[in-house]
Amino acid sequence: MTILVFTGIILLGAFAAGLLGSLTGLGGGVVIIPLLTLGFGVDIRYAIGSSLVAVIATSSGSAVAYVKEGFSNIRLGMFLEVATTSGAILGAFLAIYAPTHLIAITFGVILVLTTALSQVKRQDLPDPTGSALATRLKLNGTYPENGSLKAYGVHRVYGGFGMMAVAGMLSGLLGVGSGALKVIAIDNIMRVPFKVSTTTSNFMIGVTAAASAGVYLYRGYIDPGISMPVVLGVLGGAFIGSRLLAGARPAWLRIIFTVVVVFLAVEMIYNGATHRI
Amino acid sequence: MSGKKWGDKDMQLIIGNLLRGGVLLSTGIVIIGGIVYLARHGQELPEYGTFHGQPREFRTIPGIARGVWDGKGRAVIQMGILVLIATPVFRVAFSIIGYLLEKDYLYTAITLLVLAIILFSMLGGLGA
Repeated sequence: MTILVFTGIILLGAFAAGLLGSLTGLGGGVVIIPLLTLGFGVDIRYAIGSSLVAVIATSSGSAVAYVKEGFSNIRLGMFLEVATTSGAILGAFLAIYAPTHLIAITFGVILVLTTALSQVKRQDLPDPTGSALATRLKLNGTYPENGSLKAYGVHRVYGGFGMMAVAGMLSGLLGVGSGALKVIAIDNIMRVPFKVSTTTSNFMIGVTAAASAGVYLYRGYIDPGISMPVVLGVLGGAFIGSRLLAGARPAWLRIIFTVVVVFLAVEMIYNGATHRI
Repeated sequence: MSGKKWGDKDMQLIIGNLLRGGVLLSTGIVIIGGIVYLARHGQELPEYGTFHGQPREFRTIPGIARGVWDGKGRAVIQMGILVLIATPVFRVAFSIIGYLLEKDYLYTAITLLVLAIILFSMLGGLGA
């Protein structure tokens, strides 16, 4: 297989990952890493580097639309960035010293956990008064619902902040956006409405990933030959996906995607445990 | 919008559009680099099974700049990747101005802290 063919196949795979990621909201990084390592025998360190770059691309590309809709809570996002960026740096340094098979196993376990947690249905608890700390930090906000603005309060600031540090660390360690964990922190712990937490999480992902990308670039994890098709493919897929989203019914897509992700996760754990990665 | 107070959302919309511009710019650079790289190396065999790490010229800013000057496709791709990494950092930096205009000094400080952490990572990570 020549580099030309290799590039073409990765481009197609990344396109599919970006398309499914944007249609299901699960993110593209979770498929890119197993595709490269299991499918093409690419070293997991190269896979992490290119996935992280793709994560930055999709987050930055979709940020405008979310801000326009008025869902994302910019102050909340910026405040929590303190936790995720610190965590991301720690994760990126851990990744340099951790053995690759341990990274593969961690990756698999986190995949299974996040897909399981993303299946849990929640209901929004409308509570317009936030905790004292949240009020002092001006974290409470409003979001549009049925044509009017609805107020919500933010709770358990310390718990959400701590969970965000963990999400950032995993993002830096594994090269994924860890969007699912971010959503859990904002949505479940801080009790922010679901639409606000998903869009705020997306806003944060690019900044978190950029914090660890510098480390990866200098350590030589970001290979131009792999990053090029991965970035272009994921961006193209995400772009088309966001256009299709209005007319699509993502429910069944999400089920298929979840099955695929769990399958990949198990394979990553198996290969990690048998030291094949 | 005239007569309304300068708010978070106006600033974020400007920043959002700058972000989109950054992504488009980096995509363009990556495509150009990709074409040069494939034209030169397309018929070679990929070797990614073992990790060697990138040579210095593809992982430091001066190295990448030199490679671009020499017309190396891979250096041009890395340049596009650098623009991409810089895009969210730029957003954070620009938010500081926004919060200053709003006279929100608490968030000016918080955003400065985030920027400091990222720059620490880049300078520390880049071995400076």
